[in-house]
Amino acid sequence: MGRRLAVAYVAGAALLAASPLVLDAYWLDVLNNVGLYVLLALSLNVILGDAGLFNMGQAAFYAVGAYTAAVLNTRLGVPILWALPVSGLVAALFAALVARPVVHLRGDYLLIVTIGVGEIVRIALVNDPLGLTGGANGIFGIARPSLLGLRIRRPEEFLYLIWGFVAVTVVLFHRLERSRFGRALAYLREDAVAAEGSGVNTARYRLLAFALGAGWAGMAGSLYAAKMTIISPESFSFWESVLVFLMVILGGSGSIPGVILGAALVVVLPEVFRGFASARMLVFGFLMMVMMVVRPQGILPLRAPRFRVPEAPEPGAAETPR
Amino acid sequence: MSALLELRGVSKSFGGLAAVSNVSFDVAAGSVVGLIGPNGAGKTTTFNLITGNHRADRGSIAFEGRSLVGLRTHRIVSFGVARTFQNIRLFQQLTVLENVLAGRHCRTRAGLLSALLRPPRAAREEREAVARSSAELEFVGLRGRDLDLARNLSHGDQRRLEIARALAADPKLLVLDEPAGGMNEHETDELVGLVGRMRGRGITVLLIEHDMSLVMRACERIVVLEYGEKIAEGTPAEIRANRKVIEAYLGTEET
Repeated sequence: MGRRLAVAYVAGAALLAASPLVLDAYWLDVLNNVGLYVLLALSLNVILGDAGLFNMGQAAFYAVGAYTAAVLNTRLGVPILWALPVSGLVAALFAALVARPVVHLRGDYLLIVTIGVGEIVRIALVNDPLGLTGGANGIFGIARPSLLGLRIRRPEEFLYLIWGFVAVTVVLFHRLERSRFGRALAYLREDAVAAEGSGVNTARYRLLAFALGAGWAGMAGSLYAAKMTIISPESFSFWESVLVFLMVILGGSGSIPGVILGAALVVVLPEVFRGFASARMLVFGFLMMVMMVVRPQGILPLRAPRFRVPEAPEPGAAETPR
Repeated sequence: MSALLELRGVSKSFGGLAAVSNVSFDVAAGSVVGLIGPNGAGKTTTFNLITGNHRADRGSIAFEGRSLVGLRTHRIVSFGVARTFQNIRLFQQLTVLENVLAGRHCRTRAGLLSALLRPPRAAREEREAVARSSAELEFVGLRGRDLDLARNLSHGDQRRLEIARALAADPKLLVLDEPAGGMNEHETDELVGLVGRMRGRGITVLLIEHDMSLVMRACERIVVLEYGEKIAEGTPAEIRANRKVIEAYLGTEET
């Protein structure tokens, strides 16, 4: 991570931590939404930005996570934050299962399949074949989360919970991109044939990218369920998948700060343009078009070289125990 | 010398086209073998069959006595068969060092959890992978270019980078598809030297090449393909004197 980026992160964190002092409940709630979408966009970025796999069904994994947490909480009384890792695992397993037969598809073909998966999940939630999801009404009465004995219910409390999770995510995903695992995803994105020919098990990494991205979306889903206390299928529509896809592409595919910025813009801009009432989506859409024409690589594109060289060991000094 | 790689009756067709039919040859351990033939003779297809990019319809391909047919490419690489591509396939947007690290992938282990938690073992493995990759860059003559983007290298340097990436995978057999393609005379001379030094490291080399001066200088055995079939095999001197080979390259005289 570059020094300038680290400074930007610290400044952003400080501003967020201080925001409850100046913002009202409405804007704090907007910030919380931004946080959830940042998580979603970062989770999709693993699949779309890092591994280069087109996925326009991220809302499906978000939904699986949210519903897992909601069912665990309302039926079995599992505290919602305890359900968080479980929702991640369930969403990851679900993704691995549905991606297994289709993950070898190229670009646009995979995109269409993932749209299908997203719709199947949404419709399954409405039809409720297992009697768990409450059909079109969804699930309500999800308990508020509590952390270290502190009950989280006010927007500023959620702000710290959600953005705390964002901070952990950012640190972990930066580590990921500078690891053997992250490089394997980059090889896959750049040239899958060359990656396989260099000894990278591309099928395995495609699946792992899907599972990791979906798992993270699932955890974001359980945070969403905790914040809303009510979830229903309409929150996980195709439009959500499109928005998240847009955040990644707009901000800069593969670039963590870019994706964060993309998510923030896509959530906040329509709020800012609320004065235009019905014209705001028009303005928003026009901005998107201009962006794609003048800067298709995104606002903050992935900077190359991305992986800094770890210090090569000095001769003889490498094995000195510290 | 024992055969490191054995092809027996290998055939592959695409639709109605028999790209490779009934080809058999051996590559002895420690040797440098050239595969030549006119355009469309099935040389690259043969390479793709060896490296698992295509699956042979018939015949057997054995490496160190182990069958390679039906295995996926990355498994074959892990056995010790690394390759380069005819049309250079580098990770263009990544750095030179990152490209070489790709070859190191199958010899390292750190997974997802190591990436997130960074145990000391993973950090040490990473340092060793970088050190080894830098050594391979130096070996092929790309020292000091580590942080350049692959796409900014000259054509000849890109070919050498592909070789470094393949070498980083600890190959016993290195399969080079037209390594001198697009190289000037000076670069080709350097390549002949590089092949010799790889052989000095105990690496067996199988190469496709159109540049006959390179093939004659670098290879001790040559296999000639035409229309997917093997028409000759022998030492450079034998191949140069072989009537069938001369006809394949120059055409037959009307009688």
